[in-house]
Amino acid sequence: MIGIVDYGSGNIYAIATIFKNLNIKHKIISSPEGLDEAEKLILPGVGAFDETMQQLIDSGLQEKLNYLVLEKKIPVFGICVGMQILGNGSDEGEIAGLGWIPGMVKKFDKKIISNKPYLPHMGWNTIKNPKKHPIFNNIDEDFGFYFVHSYYFECENEENILSKCNYGIEFTSSIYDNHIFGMQFHPEKSHRNGVQLLKNFAELEYA
Amino acid sequence: MLRSRIIPCLLVHKKGLVKTVNFKDSKYVGDPINAVKIFNEKEVDELMVLDIDASKEKRAPDLEMIKNLAVECRMPFCYGGGVTTVEQARKIINLGAEKVALSSAALEDLTLCQKIGNVIGYQSVVVVIDVKKKKLFWGYDIYTINGTKKSKWKLNDLIKELEHIGVGEIVVNSIDHDGTMKGYDLELADLIRGICSMPLTILGGAGSLDDVKNLISKFKVIGAAAGSLFVFKGKYRAVLINYPNREERKLLY
Repeated sequence: MIGIVDYGSGNIYAIATIFKNLNIKHKIISSPEGLDEAEKLILPGVGAFDETMQQLIDSGLQEKLNYLVLEKKIPVFGICVGMQILGNGSDEGEIAGLGWIPGMVKKFDKKIISNKPYLPHMGWNTIKNPKKHPIFNNIDEDFGFYFVHSYYFECENEENILSKCNYGIEFTSSIYDNHIFGMQFHPEKSHRNGVQLLKNFAELEYA
Repeated sequence: MLRSRIIPCLLVHKKGLVKTVNFKDSKYVGDPINAVKIFNEKEVDELMVLDIDASKEKRAPDLEMIKNLAVECRMPFCYGGGVTTVEQARKIINLGAEKVALSSAALEDLTLCQKIGNVIGYQSVVVVIDVKKKKLFWGYDIYTINGTKKSKWKLNDLIKELEHIGVGEIVVNSIDHDGTMKGYDLELADLIRGICSMPLTILGGAGSLDDVKNLISKFKVIGAAAGSLFVFKGKYRAVLINYPNREERKLLY
C-alpha cells in the first residue's frame, strides 16, 4: 500500500485519484501510527517551505518519517515543496529541512539567468533523464511536466541528480538517493506523463 | 524549453458553466465536472475556473464544488471567486487546486496577497485584473465584481505593486474583448508585459487558434487563456468543448 502523507500540504486527492484509476492500493495518512502500514510513501507539496516543515513537525510525522525512510528504507517520493524539504534548508525559510538528500533550495536569481525569465517558473517544460533511471520509463520527455516554483534544489553531490531542466539555467528537476525520490514538477497534474511516473514509482522493486 | 500555456477559462454561474459577452449576457454551456473530464482527455495545459457569483453575492467560495473539480483535474487547476481570507485559500489548495485567484478582495487590500502567499507559497497566488478601455483618454480602468465596480487603482501602479509583492501570476482580462472572439487586445498585453516580469496570462477575445498563435509568437512565453474559443464551435456558436491536440499545439508555439 502506498501512503499519501497528509500534512496539510498539496494535492493529496489528485494523487489518490490517479492511484485509484490505476487500481493501486493507497491510503491518505495523517497520523504517525498510520504510517506503519505503508510500503511506500508520497510526500505531496504545494506551499511555502517553512509552513510545510512546521506542519510536519507539529503533526509528529517528521520523527516517524525519519525512522521509516532512513532506518527501514521505505521508498518515498516527494513532490514540489515535498521534494525541497528533502534537503537541508531553503532560501525561502529558516526551518531546517529533513536532510535526507544533501543540498540547499535556492531562489532563481534573475540577474544571473540568461533571457531574464519570468518568475515563478510556471508551465510545461521538458526534462532530461541522462541516467536512464527506470522511474522515467515510458515517459515522453518532449511533452514534459508541469512546474510551478521560484526555488530549485541544488544538490551537494552530483550523484543525487536524477534529471535536469532548463529555465535560463540548467537546474535540477528531480533528485534521488536509492529509495528516496524528489520531483520539482507536479506529476499529479502532468496528464499521461504524471500518471506513468506515479505508476513507475509504485512498481519499482527493491531487493 | 518552457512552453506557453493555453488555458481554458470556465465561468461558473448558478452551479453551471456559462460564457459571457463583455461580462454580460451569460449563456449556459454545460456542467463543470463534465467539462473538466473532457479537458482531461484533451490534456489541456491548465484550467482556470472562476465563480462569477461569489463576490457579487458576498459569498465564500463553494468548497464542495472546488473539491469535486480538483479531484477530477489531471491538469493544474486555478480557482477564483469570492476568496477573501487566508483560511479559504489554504482550504482551496488543500482540496487540490494549484492556484488561488484573487481579484476584488486583493485590490481592496493588497496585503491579502502577502498573507496568503506566506501560507500557500507566492507561486500559487494569482491576481485577476479586469480592465476596460477608458472612454475619452488612452489607457485602461480596472474593474471588479464582474465589471460593475470601478477600482481606484491605476493599472501601472497596481502591476508594480504586485510585482513588488511577488505574486505568482497575473491574469489580465479585457472586458471589451470578452466573448467577442475578435482576437486578444495585443496592445494591452504589450503594455503589461513591458512593465512586469511575473508570469502573465491574457484573457478575453480569442476566437481562433490564430489569435492564440498571434499572442504567443509576439510574447514567446505567455499564458493564452480563452473561454468562448474552447466552449463554442462554428459561427453559430454551438456549444462544443474543444481544445487543440498535441500536434495542433506544436504549430502554435
